[in-house]
Amino acid sequence: MTPVATTFHMPHAVHRHTTSEPPAVRGALIAVALVFLSLFLFLPLLFVFVQAFAKGIGYYLETLHDPNAWSAIKLTFLAAVIAVPLNCIFGVCAAWAIAKFDFRGKNILLTLIDLPFSVSPVIAGLIYVLVFGAQGWLGLYLNADNPQFPWLANWLNDHNIKIIFAVPGIVLATIFVTVPFVARELIPLMQAQGRNEEEAARVLGASGWQTFWRVTLPNIKWGLLYGVILCNARAMGEFGAVSVVSGKIRGQTNTIPLHIEALYDDYNFTGAFAVASLLAFLALITLGLKTWVEHQNAVQNEIEISQ
Amino acid sequence: MAKRLSRPKKIRVLPGFKLTLGFTLFYLGLIVLIPLAAVFWKTSTLTWPQFWQTITMPTAMASYRLTFGASFCAALVNVVFGLIVAWVLVRYEFFGKKIVDALVDLPFALPTAVAGITLAALYSEHGWVGQLLSPLGIKVANTQLGIFIALTFIGLPFIVRTVQPILEDLDPELEEAASSLGANRWQVFSRVILPMLTPALLTGFALAFARALGEYGSVIFIAGNIPMKTQITPVIIMGELDMFDYGKATAIAVVMLVVSFVLLLSINVLQWWTNRYNTHNLA
Repeated sequence: MTPVATTFHMPHAVHRHTTSEPPAVRGALIAVALVFLSLFLFLPLLFVFVQAFAKGIGYYLETLHDPNAWSAIKLTFLAAVIAVPLNCIFGVCAAWAIAKFDFRGKNILLTLIDLPFSVSPVIAGLIYVLVFGAQGWLGLYLNADNPQFPWLANWLNDHNIKIIFAVPGIVLATIFVTVPFVARELIPLMQAQGRNEEEAARVLGASGWQTFWRVTLPNIKWGLLYGVILCNARAMGEFGAVSVVSGKIRGQTNTIPLHIEALYDDYNFTGAFAVASLLAFLALITLGLKTWVEHQNAVQNEIEISQ
Repeated sequence: MAKRLSRPKKIRVLPGFKLTLGFTLFYLGLIVLIPLAAVFWKTSTLTWPQFWQTITMPTAMASYRLTFGASFCAALVNVVFGLIVAWVLVRYEFFGKKIVDALVDLPFALPTAVAGITLAALYSEHGWVGQLLSPLGIKVANTQLGIFIALTFIGLPFIVRTVQPILEDLDPELEEAASSLGANRWQVFSRVILPMLTPALLTGFALAFARALGEYGSVIFIAGNIPMKTQITPVIIMGELDMFDYGKATAIAVVMLVVSFVLLLSINVLQWWTNRYNTHNLA
């Protein structure tokens, strides 16, 4: 931070001399940082868009109009539309329980919520194959030759319901990898805000729901939005976990990232980058929204402080 | 009434404790814990020698060395450059700083498959960067260097975003005191600022390292996945899955899970240490 308070005490020149670096060092550090970031971040980002349009806008639109691409886009949206609201409800519940009440084992619960972040995406997919796959827990019970629950096995067969190598598995894997996002944003925020406002609302006669909607939600809205944005970005971009459970049937169980891989493996690089540019664009929107939300949050804090 | 009076003194004014905690535990159990338990259930169907033979097979051993080595080097490089980036963003003013600050999170926001094909194409022999490096005899695509580059890309924001808030909250008076006592700028940095940043740097390192160990999407395209040379551990698991050998895949997954859990615990301890420093400074 630029030390505003210190310039108040001492002349500017002295302050500069004691707590900053010589201009040459400053310039060198800025140059090192910018070169590093350009090489690792900006260049790849630029590259995606340049490659996407390498064969012109006509080819770009053609790639996106392809039925397989269109089916991948629809499936990705379906997975996100299911995963994001569920994890949003989970995040609000977990944050309410953890921030507003004291109970034993809170730290263990916090660690458990973080678990999906520290599990490799490939393992996230693997665990659902182990539960629902043909050789898995459910598979053993629903085995066609020797079913433990014939009625359930028959029902699933009759309705042609598959979980692994089908859409439900993709949705489950997406939910798993995005579980912590909203909770992680809300828990520290609600812990910092304390319980006084909610307790006051209750004492003044508000019901539990009224307290949540009128007191808590306005306080956490920016954090909640931020969590939802990050959760959505990951849900739409997940590759490893989805790749294990999807079966990769083109036009049926490919999400956008899997479709990108399929095009890339076909040596259709321009096509792969054209579809990739959709996700890169989504990433840019995510970063833009994130910056805007942080700005709103800062504005809200300033208003509260001035009040 | 009588029941209410006999309760302990602590009264919860706010409602919904049982409902929210109950739902939290139910959801976590259903989505995360029971499926994770399946890994240990599946492993228990292997005998001990089978398990041991699987997790110590040569391709797996080579993949552990590669995954650990590349993740460690990438996290280390990120500590150095991440600190410089965080420092520049907090302390200096320059043109485009806000955009640069926002773009630091790009590896979080950009899907790994997109990062993967982009890095692979950039560093291939005909790519923008690869064609500059190949006359120098440096090959990146399909080598361990490529894996290192992908993991560096993935890990950068972890260091910057853990160090940045600590750097912002540092009390300038400490630096002024040090310099008024005769320390030069380098001494102030190495003896006053750096020790206060150490917990955050370690936390960032551990977060980047943990993420890199499990990383899949951004690595596989640039790595080429040559057995014994450029196969990371998640690729070994994927290979066993493609052959429907779930037992072997699960055994190697157990090794990775145990390592991740240990790392997660150490990260929590480190974060507690970082926060203690931080609140101490604020107070």
